[in-house]
Amino acid sequence: MDAVIDFIIQIVSPLGITEPVLQFMLVSAILGVSIYLTLYTGMFTLANAGFMAIGAYVGVVLTQELDVSLGVALIIGMVVAAVVALPVGLPVLRLRDIYLAIATIGFGEVVRILALNFDNLVSSILTAMEGERVRFSLLNGARGIKGIEKLTETWMLILFLVVLMFLLMRLHRSRFGRAMAAIRQDERAAANMGINVVYVKNVVFMLSAALAAAAGVFNGHLTRIVTPNAFDFNQAVDILAFAVLGGTSTWIGPIIGGMALAAMPEVLRFLKEYRGVFNGLVLLLVIVYLPGGLINPTGWRRAARSLRERFSRQSQEAAEDAGT
Amino acid sequence: MDFSLFLQQTINAISLGAIYALFALGYALVFSILGVLNLAHSAIFMWGAFIGLLALDQAGLPVWVGFILAMIGAGLLSVALEYIAFRPLRRRNAARIAQLISSIGAALLLVNIAQLVFQQIYSQTEAYYPRDLSILPFIPTETIIIGDVRIAPIRIVILVVALLLMIALQYLVTRTRTGQQMRAVAFNQRIAGLLGIDVSRVYVITFFLAGALGGAAGMLYGITFLNVSPFIGDNIALVGLTAIVLGGLGTIQGAVLGGFIVAGLQTASIALGGGSYRDAIVFILLFIMLLIRPQGLLGQPENTRA
Repeated sequence: MDAVIDFIIQIVSPLGITEPVLQFMLVSAILGVSIYLTLYTGMFTLANAGFMAIGAYVGVVLTQELDVSLGVALIIGMVVAAVVALPVGLPVLRLRDIYLAIATIGFGEVVRILALNFDNLVSSILTAMEGERVRFSLLNGARGIKGIEKLTETWMLILFLVVLMFLLMRLHRSRFGRAMAAIRQDERAAANMGINVVYVKNVVFMLSAALAAAAGVFNGHLTRIVTPNAFDFNQAVDILAFAVLGGTSTWIGPIIGGMALAAMPEVLRFLKEYRGVFNGLVLLLVIVYLPGGLINPTGWRRAARSLRERFSRQSQEAAEDAGT
Repeated sequence: MDFSLFLQQTINAISLGAIYALFALGYALVFSILGVLNLAHSAIFMWGAFIGLLALDQAGLPVWVGFILAMIGAGLLSVALEYIAFRPLRRRNAARIAQLISSIGAALLLVNIAQLVFQQIYSQTEAYYPRDLSILPFIPTETIIIGDVRIAPIRIVILVVALLLMIALQYLVTRTRTGQQMRAVAFNQRIAGLLGIDVSRVYVITFFLAGALGGAAGMLYGITFLNVSPFIGDNIALVGLTAIVLGGLGTIQGAVLGGFIVAGLQTASIALGGGSYRDAIVFILLFIMLLIRPQGLLGQPENTRA
């Protein structure tokens, strides 16, 4: 396995991609799949950063305070996120497009603010219960948890992603996967065909939450620091950008999109301070000119055709001008 | 809580609410006419605060000139957004979500450009409005003290300016020919187009007005809180969203009502000692509102077309 990873890094290193960058790219790919699942089902949710925060905090507390192994922490983190997703999803997923987006943005912010004030909250509850002043510190508020052991290895991320890709392939051929696509195309028609829309939507939301949490657990043990403000609205937008850049017509899209956007700052070192500008431009240009994302053959063909038409019209006009 | 403290907090809430309402109006205006949420509005707000600061700080212009410049500048930026981020998508009949995403991209772009400009001018990403600005020469800058209540005159000016702008908008939308056209386009864009209304022009006007209101809110925010950075839009973006959802998406009165409610809640939670949960309370309210009455307090239920 190590030899394979070394080999991969050998290949990509001329681009400026080192092992930490590769790890970050793999985490981003997981996040991309996380939001892809909901988008593929026609739900525009922006709660992924919130679930990532839940995963990161649960995982890090488990391995650092309770000496649980990373694998177990990963599973518990994913389960916790999925369990939180259910009561959130049941009412919220009844909403549609913009309303759903706003509600899930709100959820993400509530998670962030809770993480920020968790210690104070628990302290005051304990104080009220014990009748004396109790100090409680676990998440350390805005300062976050620092000095986390670096437990995530590249092979874990690759293994996770490979298993995930296998499952995605299976999913799309399954009854459940087709139900997801049907709901995206027309929710009412899907319901009339006997698909349990509420069930499918909620299960997808829980799966998406679990994946975001897994990315959170891995990321916490990579960056070695977990702070609430790393999971703000901007993070949610970054995750969305993975899926938008890659395109959501296939599951390969968000994986490529996530990896490309994560690698971009390293590959395009010369852009240093213009990185943010560049990210915004990419998002804008892709959504305007390549609505299906990068991994979308029909989109490319359509873009090429419109470009060709424009050119031929121009040359026609030029010819007419020359004629007159 | 004694009465003078209550009065003081009420005054704070009203002056904050006026800024929120002004900001939320920009969201509501675009939403009511195009049916899309312009998430780049918070970046426009930030640019308004920034342009105002540059006019005062770098060009040394009087406050009211800076204010007008901030409004015009933000309005023009907003029109540029319409051309870059919204028009191409509308022409393709793209989904509303696509327009939401492109506005997020535009927001990212605007915030990062601001960051670069900040670095250039202030060599850091933070700058401050001067304290005790005299808005007009005949208005004193000393704090007015009535009993235990302290009011900075600037707060009154801010409130008056904000209210005047809201009244002007209401007048424009309900009493002028342009406003009539805007309402026609909001009702049905196709029919409005068939009746000879220049729909593109209405959109440009709408974006200009929304941007100008956002810019005005930005500068008033800067004057109130002094601190300006490329990121001041982040927080108010969510506040503004809550305000328009509370009041009813796309209704102008609703945005104003929502802005004041949010400001009242925030001020109350600070006064009662829950300052760190200030935003959580707002979002929980947003959540509940979306679940039980998604059309908002003043909105009509949306007819979903099958």
